[in-house]
Amino acid sequence: MTRRLPALAAVAALAALALAGCAQDLPAASGAPSSSPSPSLGGGITVDAAASLNEVFPKLAASFQQEHPGTTITFNFGGSSTLAASIVSGATVDVFAAASTKTMRTVQDASLTAGDPVVIARNELEIAVPPGNPGRITGLADFGDAAKTVVVCDRTVPCGAAATQVFDLAKVAPKPDSYEPDVTSVLTKVEGNEADAGLVYVTDVRAAGSKVEGIPFPEADEAVTAYPIAPLKGSRNAALAGAWVAYVQAHEADLRAAGFLAPR
Amino acid sequence: MSARRRRDPLARIPRAVLVPGAIAFLLLVGPLVALLARAPWAHLGDLLAGDTVLPALGLSLGTAAASTGCCVLLGVPLAVVLSGADGWPGPLRRLVRALVITPLVLPPVVGGIALLLLLGRTGLLGGPLFQATGVQIPFSTAAVVVAQTFVGLPFLVLGVEGALRGVDRRFAVAATTLGAGPWTRFVRVTLPLAAPGVAAGAVLAFARAIGEFGATVTFAGSLPKVTQTLPIAAYLALNSDPEAAIAISVVLMVVAVAVLVSLRDHWLQGIGR
Repeated sequence: MTRRLPALAAVAALAALALAGCAQDLPAASGAPSSSPSPSLGGGITVDAAASLNEVFPKLAASFQQEHPGTTITFNFGGSSTLAASIVSGATVDVFAAASTKTMRTVQDASLTAGDPVVIARNELEIAVPPGNPGRITGLADFGDAAKTVVVCDRTVPCGAAATQVFDLAKVAPKPDSYEPDVTSVLTKVEGNEADAGLVYVTDVRAAGSKVEGIPFPEADEAVTAYPIAPLKGSRNAALAGAWVAYVQAHEADLRAAGFLAPR
Repeated sequence: MSARRRRDPLARIPRAVLVPGAIAFLLLVGPLVALLARAPWAHLGDLLAGDTVLPALGLSLGTAAASTGCCVLLGVPLAVVLSGADGWPGPLRRLVRALVITPLVLPPVVGGIALLLLLGRTGLLGGPLFQATGVQIPFSTAAVVVAQTFVGLPFLVLGVEGALRGVDRRFAVAATTLGAGPWTRFVRVTLPLAAPGVAAGAVLAFARAIGEFGATVTFAGSLPKVTQTLPIAAYLALNSDPEAAIAISVVLMVVAVAVLVSLRDHWLQGIGR
């Protein structure tokens, strides 16, 4: 049994490599014809998007793919800063949608965006608590109470930068139990009732449904974060990348329905 | 084993394995070389002197040492039980062994969630604990040690079990005829003979603990000086300062290589039997 494990692992690793190789080849092969001036869209693109867009983007993609049969939009959701870092390090991505203009700027500074980024929505923070509010959280001041278990995003990611901003505005010295790597991790800890409260986006509270309750606070209006989107220069399917960006812009209302604020 | 060591015709390897073997080695070493090539050597000192890296390194070394201790204390007895499990019904033996190895194949983040479901403050065990005492395990240094022990134990158990199976039973028989009870036999005879396996398993568990990220960040969180270990610091640094992340990775690599070089050939004796 144990003797056979290494062989199995090796086979699995090789299979994974082979699959990864195929995945790399596919867009190249299907992207080639669309570089001709033909107006019809085809092939696939990869969209790196901020974690907070992971509810609304797949829905938009479903209707986009219905309108343009034969196209495939693949998402890679994560912390904006991590995604930006991988794009700057050379990841092949067609479109980037970030949760802050500052994060988008790191990609712009590396001259990797094709055209100026467009803001498609804005978002603001809200306190998320488990159903029933077991920690009896009333506002931002509770984040300075060492006796409460509270989590926020690390300041290196947009939701953490916004959190730092609202704590400064509210003159609260936060004593979090954890600085999480992205907003989804904060939400997970609140949903699981491991934390009394977490600071997340309004849209995250909306998307979590009955798994969390939201507590708005006035300082949130002062720390609104913008969501810029831009096609990237390295795209192998620039036509489809451009079409997707235009489609998202045209369907701004769907983003507002998901709880996002209007671009301005 | 001894056949492999002697210089006999059987020890010569077929030429056909050389090319794929070299490719495998390059695949393993290439990324590390790239990391070293891109490392910001000129201001490595400045990057590491900030108030993030040293506390994170200290926490990583401390928790990894503690979890290795837990692995030895808990894993050696489990390995002893498993090495004596030949008399168990086959399916039971295979199931138990598969369960012991599961953390090796479980995505660490899933392992972290599983630990939350067990030891979180609404978890199977953590819930009653929190209700009764107000103690919560997540977000504590203890949670880091638990997460690292969870991922490191299989390495130790596999290593020690392999070593125990390799111990010549005649020594135990001799000890018994001389009047030694099961405990004396285990402590004075079996364990010393299996010591290289214990050492190899412990070093591997330590190395795995040093590199642990997913289960730790999910179960324990990330708070500087409390739960933010070096891999978590590296991941967060990647967001704001990629050079600092590379610098931290170099430190992690140096620690890992130092640990693994100390293994020498013990690995062959302890692992993969």
